[in-house]
Amino acid sequence: MRSARTLACVILLVVCVLSLAANWIAPAGYAKQFREAPGAPPSTQHWLGTDELGRDRFARVLYGTRISLLLAPAAALVSTLLAAALGGLAGYVGGIWLRLATGFTDLFLSLPWLFLLITVRALLPLNASPFVSVLITFLILGLLGWAASARVLATGAHTLRSSDFVLQARASGVRGFRLFAVHVLPNLKPILYAQFWISIPVFILSEANLGILGLGVAEPLPSWGGLLRELEGMISFRDEPWRLVPLILLIVVMTSFQTLLSNETEEVAA
Amino acid sequence: MSRRMFSRLLLCLSLLTGITAAQDGTVLRFCLRAEPKTFDPLKVDDDSSLTIRYLTGGVLVRANRQTQALEPELAESWKISKDARQITFKLRHGVRFSDGSPFSAEDVAYTVTRLMDPELHSSTGDAFRSGNGTVTTKILAPDQIAVAFSAPVVGLDRLFDQVAILSAHSAKKEATVLGPFMVAEYKPGANILLKRNPNYWKRDAQGRPLPYLDSIRLDIQPNRDVEVLRFRRGELDLINSIDTEYYDRLAASQPAVVHDAGASLDSEFLWFNQVANAPIPAYKRSWFRSASFRRAVSGAINRDDLSRVVFNGHAQPAFGPVSPANKFWFNSRLHSELYKPEAALQRLQGDGFRLQDGTLRDKDGNAVEFSIVTNAGNKYRERMAVLIQEDLSKIGIKMNVVTLDFPSLIERIAQKFNYEAAILGFQNVDLDPNGQMNIWLSSAENHAWNPQQQTPATAWEGEIDRLMREQASATDAKKRKAAFDRVQEIVVEQAPFIYLINKDALSAISPSVAGASPVILHPQTYWNAERLTIHSTTQASR
Repeated sequence: MRSARTLACVILLVVCVLSLAANWIAPAGYAKQFREAPGAPPSTQHWLGTDELGRDRFARVLYGTRISLLLAPAAALVSTLLAAALGGLAGYVGGIWLRLATGFTDLFLSLPWLFLLITVRALLPLNASPFVSVLITFLILGLLGWAASARVLATGAHTLRSSDFVLQARASGVRGFRLFAVHVLPNLKPILYAQFWISIPVFILSEANLGILGLGVAEPLPSWGGLLRELEGMISFRDEPWRLVPLILLIVVMTSFQTLLSNETEEVAA
Repeated sequence: MSRRMFSRLLLCLSLLTGITAAQDGTVLRFCLRAEPKTFDPLKVDDDSSLTIRYLTGGVLVRANRQTQALEPELAESWKISKDARQITFKLRHGVRFSDGSPFSAEDVAYTVTRLMDPELHSSTGDAFRSGNGTVTTKILAPDQIAVAFSAPVVGLDRLFDQVAILSAHSAKKEATVLGPFMVAEYKPGANILLKRNPNYWKRDAQGRPLPYLDSIRLDIQPNRDVEVLRFRRGELDLINSIDTEYYDRLAASQPAVVHDAGASLDSEFLWFNQVANAPIPAYKRSWFRSASFRRAVSGAINRDDLSRVVFNGHAQPAFGPVSPANKFWFNSRLHSELYKPEAALQRLQGDGFRLQDGTLRDKDGNAVEFSIVTNAGNKYRERMAVLIQEDLSKIGIKMNVVTLDFPSLIERIAQKFNYEAAILGFQNVDLDPNGQMNIWLSSAENHAWNPQQQTPATAWEGEIDRLMREQASATDAKKRKAAFDRVQEIVVEQAPFIYLINKDALSAISPSVAGASPVILHPQTYWNAERLTIHSTTQASR
């Protein structure tokens, strides 16, 4: 298990470093259109060939990876903080507040996610630059993705509320927010970390889903979702196996995350 | 010649030709993309129902999909009055419905009366409505009928191409047909089986009864990937309309099955929002209302690249509102907008714009930046937008591409007018410009750049209104053509729509189908379904 975790760490590290070094490794850039060579096979100039508009696929994979790997954790951070604020506090306070928060969370979880994302995205201003649009997309993911984590944190905080050390702290005169911040929150850390790590692959896949529908990151910025759209309508993979690289990369990164997560979950359980 | 030798000769002949006329058991198989909404030919409003109407309905006149000329069908001849208010048909003798009952002027009268019944809400009937009065029919003889309208109807005879004649007396109205096939079986969600109409009136040059096919099986299949896979596996005989990507993939493995019939009537275009109360900044509205700005944008777009890169050459740079495929109505004096970014920049500079550090600015110093919306999931439009984005960046214009789900897009462009520019397309099925009245009249809903105007906002829109009404009321084809030619010229001069490309009509037909000759008009591949055959060797192996 340890070796699998190490391998997963190494893979994620290598992928992160490569994507951050995209400017040097793939100087063609993600937007430049080589219109004389659309859909070209791999060559010395274009290692993974070009996409339908003649853009260097290798550069787009690296830049797309950078966007997904940088912004998905940011969105995960937003959603985890929201979950901690809402679920953690409600669980700690308990009573009617816990029931209200649980009801609100359940309602939020029952909403059709994808349609909600599409609706919210359609309401956004049109004149956002591609970079702003990508930030907005992940911010929406973060703002809408807190509910499942909030439920777990509410249960965790509520359990901690009646634990011996909290009772002892309360008996010693520690009350209110200080009790929450000093005694409850630090003990919620393992759950928070686990929720944070779980959210990252969820948001990566959510963006990929939106991208496949053509509603993800705005052109010409690449993202994994946009890159996966290239596979749409492919009848045979034997002819152009290099087009599978974004999909393979997504699977490898997701598997690495899952490997790390299973270890994290075991630690929390212990 | 001995009997044995004769039979061998027959066998050789049949192997050589591989086909026979009126083959028993021959089935043509292709897909409908959706469930048909109706089997009533007068209420047809969707592609699937249109296909069934085309294959089963008998019409008085038929527009030949290859020559685009009108040809007699159930009517041997017809005559339109000088004021274009009345048409008189002389009907064909000896024609019988699929149930064996005779066809007469009574059936035409019944069909026209039902078609024009306001309660029916027939879109086919709407095309005939040019005035408020009623439509009357007068049976002059069992084989002669006059249909009179309260106001002139332009292109009257051509409209009857869409009117499938119903039986006045049969109890099973929709099932009793005059076309080459009739609906034999319908399994919702699965398929529709059309069988040969045993009483079909038409015969081929050798006097053999048509249709040659025994039946047509229409599988309901919305997924195009599955449709192409099934075609490749030999489970389908044709794909009526196919995307560029699938076309190229099929062409790579089976070059004999794909057909590019050339530029179709369909066009893709972009336009700027010119609505007076649209929630966009005033300085942007003034750009969008400037013909120089629109022409400059048009000139900065490399249409050849759109055709070559996005459609892999299966599209033609667009000239204007009418595709060159529309042989009669296309204005041949028009030329496709040439890609000249330098000239586009000069045109903009003449309008007070200036290029500063790679950014185009208007006379007040505002950077020229706008967003363009299109429907998410249409990869061809998305790709065109990305190429245009790069083209415009060369003259300092920043364009943001926004893809929206279709309901949100329609809400923005048709209800709230909360957008700056859009890319969409028209699927034209009508050759006659009357079919475009709902686009060109300034009061029309589909006058996309500034719809439903009380009075024309500009002189040139007023001029288009006048010319469109003039062509709609003229009965002389030359006068109509002259008026619509001028409309096309104004549209190119003013560029309210910036036409980009006309897509080619692409299809795939199995080599086992004989007699197919794909065309650009709907239905591209099976327009001559009654004369299609399946090679007997192929049929035997099924």
